Amino acid sequence: MNAIISPTTTMSRTDAEARVIHTESSAPKPMMTLRNVSKGYGSGATRNEVLKGINMNLRDGEFLAVVGFSGSGKTTLTQLLAGLIRPDSGEITMNEEVVTGPSPDRGLVFQNYSLLPWLTVRGNIALSVDRVFRHWSRAQRHEHVDKFIEMVGLTHAVHRRPHELSGGMRQRVSLARTLAMKPKVLLLDEPLSALDALTRSVMQDEILKIWEEERQTCLMITNDVDEAILVADRIVPLNPGPSANLGPAFTVELDRPRNKTELNHNERFKQLRNAVTNYLVAVRQKSRRDEAAQSTQVRIDRPNISPKDLSLSGRTQL
Amino acid sequence: MNFRSKALKFCNIAGLPVLEPFVRLAAGEDPKEQMAGIAKFLLLPIFTVCIFIGLWSMAARTVVTGSAQLPGPKATFDAGVELFQMHFAQKEADLAMRQKKLGSAIQAMAKARVLEQAATNASGNKKTELLVTAMAYKQEAVRAANFVPSSAPTFVDQIITSLKTVFFGFAIATLIAVPLGVLCGMSPWFNAALTPFIQVFKPVSPLAWLPLAGLIIIWAYTGSDPATNWFEKAFLISAVTVSLCSLWPTLVNTTLGVASVDKDYMNVAKVLKLSWSQQLFKIILPASLPLMFAGLRISLGVGWMVLIAADMLAQNPGLGKFVWDEFQNGSSQTFARIAFSVIIIGLIGLLLDRIMICLRNLVSFGNPSPAG
Ligand SMILES: Nc1ncnc2c1ncn2[C@@H]1O[C@H](COP(=O)(O)OP(=O)(O)O)[C@@H](O)[C@H]1O
Ligand SMILES: [Mg+2]
Repeated sequence: MNAIISPTTTMSRTDAEARVIHTESSAPKPMMTLRNVSKGYGSGATRNEVLKGINMNLRDGEFLAVVGFSGSGKTTLTQLLAGLIRPDSGEITMNEEVVTGPSPDRGLVFQNYSLLPWLTVRGNIALSVDRVFRHWSRAQRHEHVDKFIEMVGLTHAVHRRPHELSGGMRQRVSLARTLAMKPKVLLLDEPLSALDALTRSVMQDEILKIWEEERQTCLMITNDVDEAILVADRIVPLNPGPSANLGPAFTVELDRPRNKTELNHNERFKQLRNAVTNYLVAVRQKSRRDEAAQSTQVRIDRPNISPKDLSLSGRTQL
Repeated sequence: MNFRSKALKFCNIAGLPVLEPFVRLAAGEDPKEQMAGIAKFLLLPIFTVCIFIGLWSMAARTVVTGSAQLPGPKATFDAGVELFQMHFAQKEADLAMRQKKLGSAIQAMAKARVLEQAATNASGNKKTELLVTAMAYKQEAVRAANFVPSSAPTFVDQIITSLKTVFFGFAIATLIAVPLGVLCGMSPWFNAALTPFIQVFKPVSPLAWLPLAGLIIIWAYTGSDPATNWFEKAFLISAVTVSLCSLWPTLVNTTLGVASVDKDYMNVAKVLKLSWSQQLFKIILPASLPLMFAGLRISLGVGWMVLIAADMLAQNPGLGKFVWDEFQNGSSQTFARIAFSVIIIGLIGLLLDRIMICLRNLVSFGNPSPAG
């Protein structure tokens, strides 16, 4: 692979090319695989193609971040992975088995928390635990719930209901609820987007800390490039829709544990941030021009984006 | 949680914004701001009530026909006081009567004992004779002990009967409407099957139902022994009319509540692979409770309104019948008593509504509705 990214060329890859999955011999085996997955909503004239020809590997034990603009189909992607919706075409597998429906093996943290308002913090977490570990004794489950409430630092608020919690606390409950199920894969759909900047920063550190303890396979959706670089092993941009597909993956070769303040002065971090941001800006401009071209039927030249050297952080093709 | 936030939470859930400024004042908040709340929720209503009473007195002096006069506030109040006095006097008399009957029951019992004692020593014909007499005394004692005063129901008795009827009818309506509503909400097919019935019967007035309800109940009661029946016919006719009318708001709201359960909650259920019954009891029902209770509140209001008319027509001993009987009697007190009943009916309706608001707020976490 050459070390130059040109969005125009990557985006015009055919499906056949895209299906060639780049595998390094050292790379861990994929935990989840998406092969040529497409998904749209509606039918006829109101048909809205959201995702088209998505190919992706989620490797065992890695933290993958997907960045994209809102409305590009990120939530659709996580719901596909969770098994809450089925792809129109293509195939999603987990450990070589086709995903046909939701399962506690794939824990999903919802974009808007989805806490049940009539249950307390403990009740919300216990709902999952009691269901997933129903063969355990009552005392065991109680202890398990306690452990995860403590992990997210909500021991003082166990008896409160969601409407009595701040946004950050709600997200902690949601996270604890999913983690307590001990899923094999953790899917986080924009877990921090609804939070204010300060809480968000605190929660980033916390997610990172929890992940570094368990090293669980994890896919996190985000709209913040800095956040993606801070937490992830690889970053995959989701191109703007309709018919969105994935861009090239950026590998984040920064040592762990990572520290936000140190990263800000790190040259690699800065270069990677510029690379990802420039890529996203470029694809958005292109998609806008494509749209404009389609509506006016006038041909507009493709954007001329200067190639970018990314030798510091090796890139892998998805 | 401290006193202030607890008390404020109580005001919120009980639907009593009247108390809020006082709580805040007691907690030492800015009195100026709280005065605005007090003025709005307390002084203004008191002021309008005073104006109303003034207008009412004026109207009472003007609206005079040959035989009757619109009762003024004073006459109405006096009539009400008299009604309650009559109630307590009646109860006292009844109590004295029961006391007396109980005394005679004990005496009869003692006589029976004596006779039985004598019978053990006697023999032959004499013994049987003594035992038969003792038996007669015993029966008399039982009758006296079970004596129920047969005085006419007082105003308070009528209120209690009305409340019993409305709650019984409301309970029947709830038992029918909630399960049907849940089914309608969960299955669009079931809903489509029921929609024509709901839409046709919902707007029908209770008075149209009443003869039919009466017919069905009379049919159900034919040939049965009145002593073994649980309920009186008139009571059941009233109650069934109430249920038939108060069914619909609960049914429609429950359907809406169940059908509009947040998709995210259902996703949670799917990820956890909850079984059908777990989904129903752990997600769908709790999530639809606020709307369901909003429906129940409307139902109870409708039920109370309908009950008065149903009581009048079915001759069920309730407030409706009281008003009707007063009107038929045509004494000098008639209109004052009716005016007083109107106020009492309104106040009870208000109380029932408050209770339902409170229940609704208890089940809707995070968004209690203001008292409306
Ligand atoms: N259930 C649905 N029915 C119809 N359209 C949908 C549905 N869910 C999402 N969409 C559409 O799919 C597109 C992508 O949505 P989404 O995946 O939520 O984007 P993102 O999470 O990136 O903001 C949007 O245009 C949205 O309107
Ligand atoms: Mg989304």
